[in-house]
This record gives sequence, structure tokens and C-alpha cells, in this order.
Amino acid sequence: MKLAFRLLSVVAVLIAAASVTFFAQLMVPGDRATTILNLQNGREQEWTASELGPVNEKFGFDNPLVVQYLHYVGGLFRGDLGTSYTQYQSVNSVIGAQIVPSLVLTASALVVAWALAIGVTLLTVKRGRFVTGLGSGWETFAASLPTYWVGVVLLVVLAVKVPIFPVIGGSGAWGTVLPVLTLAIPLAGFLGQVTRDEFDKVLDQPFVTTARTRGMGDTAVRLRHGLRHAVLPGITLSGWALGALVSGAVIAENIYGRPGIGQVLVTAVNTRDVPTVSGIVLVVAGVYVVANVLVDISYAVVDPRLRSHSRLATA
Amino acid sequence: MSALAPSLRLPVVGLARLTALRARPSTVLALGFVGLVVVAAVAPGVLTDRSPTAIDFPSALAAPSWSHPFGTDEVGRDLLTRVIHGARLSLGIGLGATALAMSIAIVLGFAAALAGGIVDTLITRVLEVAFAFPALLLALLLIAIFGPSATTQVIAVGIGSAPGYARMVRGQVLNVRQAGYIEAAAALGHGRWTVIRRHLFPNAMRPLVAVVTLGVGQSIVWASSLAFLGLGIAPPNPEWGALLDAGRLYITTSWWLEILPGLVIVVFAVSVTTLGRTLQRRLEGAGR
Repeated sequence: MKLAFRLLSVVAVLIAAASVTFFAQLMVPGDRATTILNLQNGREQEWTASELGPVNEKFGFDNPLVVQYLHYVGGLFRGDLGTSYTQYQSVNSVIGAQIVPSLVLTASALVVAWALAIGVTLLTVKRGRFVTGLGSGWETFAASLPTYWVGVVLLVVLAVKVPIFPVIGGSGAWGTVLPVLTLAIPLAGFLGQVTRDEFDKVLDQPFVTTARTRGMGDTAVRLRHGLRHAVLPGITLSGWALGALVSGAVIAENIYGRPGIGQVLVTAVNTRDVPTVSGIVLVVAGVYVVANVLVDISYAVVDPRLRSHSRLATA
Repeated sequence: MSALAPSLRLPVVGLARLTALRARPSTVLALGFVGLVVVAAVAPGVLTDRSPTAIDFPSALAAPSWSHPFGTDEVGRDLLTRVIHGARLSLGIGLGATALAMSIAIVLGFAAALAGGIVDTLITRVLEVAFAFPALLLALLLIAIFGPSATTQVIAVGIGSAPGYARMVRGQVLNVRQAGYIEAAAALGHGRWTVIRRHLFPNAMRPLVAVVTLGVGQSIVWASSLAFLGLGIAPPNPEWGALLDAGRLYITTSWWLEILPGLVIVVFAVSVTTLGRTLQRRLEGAGR
């Protein structure tokens, strides 16, 4: 019941998001048909009514706003994101092929970031002053790095100075390594900071002492009892992190010339192709919102205390 | 900025106290670097007597050396000089975006918390929708609509970060409203606005001063990310983001054009974060 309510609110948020992108398209200064013709012909000029006519008809600009709005939002339910201003094709086909490499990049980065964060946490929490300091120092440093800078440094060091990886990544596995690291390093620092705090607290808990008195080894205590608690806040943040990762993916794809929505997006922003930008923004918002619901659900899987009295609706 | 003035009065006292008390070495370093950037922004001539636009073709694309600590660009302009002269606009964009974000956040946060009922529900829902968009994408949408410029950057970054602040402001106001001194002020017969202005506003905003400090660093990083994608101020402006945009063409041959301006942004962001954290600790300490 609470889950159904939650799903309903997700749909409501997405419709509202679609409304935002619809009105964003209206906010473009000037007449839209003129803008489209100017974009397609690469010049700034006035167009005659007979030239504007077909454009207005194709994009449905003649219809009352309400009709245009319902058509746009209705189209989204059928999976139709509208028509690009510059490419004279549906936004779906512009985005379609590009979304997969971006999702691969984002998902791999999330996995690598978690692996790095957990690895560093397990190895450095409560291991003496020096090692602990090293671990938390690395996290603070990594977390504050902007994506583009990590990308540029990795590119210069590991592709130009020491040519291990290709400069232009492409979508092959070898070319994916640097883009993934670019996204994963700042995120690992961020997740690590949160996980470390929690891990630190958990290792002082009575049940950990109990486990130790039962004769459990240090590594086993860390893996069996510490980790489960320590990753909880990180999981909540993973939903948020997805948004940051998508933003980062746009940048990483541009640095490494990797195919994906990042390239399409930046080109569309440059040519002021607002329907394409809106379409991508909306798809990402959809993925983001759904991912956050999944995060709430996975929270209950990791933390059995939440299963009996579901906090899904309020979380 | 005037809306922020009453809240800033108390922390300024805090800052004076901070310098008098023993500060950590990291705080001192951070304060030093931020101070340097502020000097560069206000009076770049103090730090360098070179011109950021002096073209010198014979020494084009020279690697960092004693005479050009940051190297030179494709027409031989000294990169360090350009970074120093670019500080004003970069800092301006960061401060402007944060001020815009806070202004929106204060209006929405206070309206939601004080009006309650349907206004609160409405604003909370609007914020929820805004959270559905990753911040960079929202910024890109705004740039697609209005075209790239410094103003668009301020608006894009400001609007992008406003929802987060708005939620914090709302929470703070709801929290402070419960306090005994608010009840006492009302019981003494002070008017609604007097209570809000003299008691609620300063107390609700004080913990957010640290957040705002952190926000300035974040805004600069963000704005420079947009510029990096070629969607900010266009080169040859020496604004930090524009330097990154210009340097991308030469990344495989002249690394310094990209990495060093980036490093300045990173160090500035880290310094501001360090100061923000210090401020946070002091403010929390003062509350105890």
C-alpha cells in the first residue's frame, strides 16, 4: 500500500518535471518556428509566413497551448520525447543509441567507487594514527576534486605522458577505464568519508565487543558486523550520487570523446536545441527518481530492522 | 546581498574571534590562499605587473619556468598573469550564484515554514520536483534556453543549488520557531515582523553561514565545469573556466594550460571548504 503510494508520487513528480521542460521550451526568446529555421539554415533572418507555415504545422505550434501541453505530456507516456529542432528527427532516435554507453559508464563508475570506498575503509579505519590519517586524507582530497580536473590529469598522465590508455576512449573496454576512474575517484572519496564515520562508530558498539569476546577475528568482525552498518548511509547517498555521476558522465564523455548522451547534450545545448536537451534531462530525471525508489527498497534489504514496519513511504 | 546583512553581523564577530584564538595550520593556509585570491580579484596589479593580454609569439606554448611559473598559452600570454586577472570574474560568478541561491532559498524556506498549510505543501512539492533534476543538467537546460554568458552561468548555478538551501532554511526556521526565546519575545508583545526580523531570522540563519561559505567554493567549481564544456564565458577572457575551455585544444601537447588553472580552482575550493568547516565547528561550539 505504501509502495503504491510511493509509486504514485513518482509518477506525479515525473509529470511535474515534464511540465517544467515543456515550459522551458516556451521560454526560448523569440518565435520558435523562426528559431528552428535559423538553426537549420545557420543564419539569422526573418522568414515569410509561407516558410514558417510548414514548420508551425510540423511542430504543432499552431495549436492552443493546452493542446500542445497535453500532446507533449501524453507523448511521454507513449515514450515519445518530441522532435529535435536541428536534426528534424524524433528526440527518441537522437538519444536512443547514446543512452546505453552512458548507462554502462555510470553503473561501472558506481561499482568501482563503492569498491574503492569499501576497500579503503576496511583497510584504514582504526589501524593506528598514521594509516587512519592517510585514509581519511585521501578521502577528503578525492572528494573535493572536480570531475573535469580528475579527467584531465588522468588523460595527461596515463594517456599522453605514459601512453597506457588511448587518448580518444571510444566505447571499448580498454578505453572505458579512464572515464570510469574519472567518475569513480571523487565519488569514492565522498562515499568513503560517510562510510568511515559510520564504521568508526560501529566498531565501538557493544555487539562488536561481544563478537570479539566470542573469539571472532578482526577481519571477520569488520566484514561480518562492521560493513553492513557502515554502508547504510552510503546506500542512501548512492541515489543522490547517481545524479552527480550523470553530470560527471557528461564531462567525462566530452574529455575522452566517448559516445554517449554527454556529447549529444553538449551539442544540443550549443545549438540551443531545447527539445533534445529537455528530452535528455527528462530521461535522466526519470532514471534518477526510479533509482532513488530502488535505493529505499535496497535499504530495507540491507537493514532487516526496517522490514517489519516499512519506512518506505516516509524515507 | 542586503537580505543577508542581518545574519552576517554575528559571524563577523565570530571571525574576529577565530583569528584571535589558536587556529589550525590548515585553517591559516586556507585563509592565506583565499586572501590571495581576494587580493587578485580586487587589485590584480598588486600581485603582477604583467598584462594578461600581452602577446609574445616567440615564447608561445612555453612550459612552466622561472620567468613563466604557469607557462604560456598559444600566443605567448603568461598564464599565471591571466589566472590572477581572471580571479575577479570567477569569484564574482561564485559569489553571485551563491547570493542568488540563498535569496531564493530564504524566500521559499521562510514562506514554507511560516505560512505552513497549503503553501508549505506546495513549496515542498516544488522542491521535490527540482530535486529530480541533477543540478548540472538543470543548468544545461537554462543555458540552452538563454545562451551561454556570465549572467546565465550565475542564474544556472544559482537556481541549480537553490533547492538544497531552501530545504535547509525551511528546516532551520521550523526548528528555531519552537525555541523558548521566540515564545518569550511574542509574549512580551513584540509584533510578528519584529520577532521574525530580530529573533527568528538571525538565529535561523546563523548555522547556514558555514553552508554558504562551502557554497561559494562549490559554485565556482560548478561554473568552471560549465565553462569547461564550452558553455560558459568564451575565451579569450581570462576567467578561470574560460581558461580551461581555451586550454582543451592543446591538452595533448601543453598540459599546463589545462591542469594549472584547474589546480587553482581545486585549491581555492578546498580552502573555502576548510574555512567553512572551521566556521561550522566554531558556530556549533558557540551554541553549546
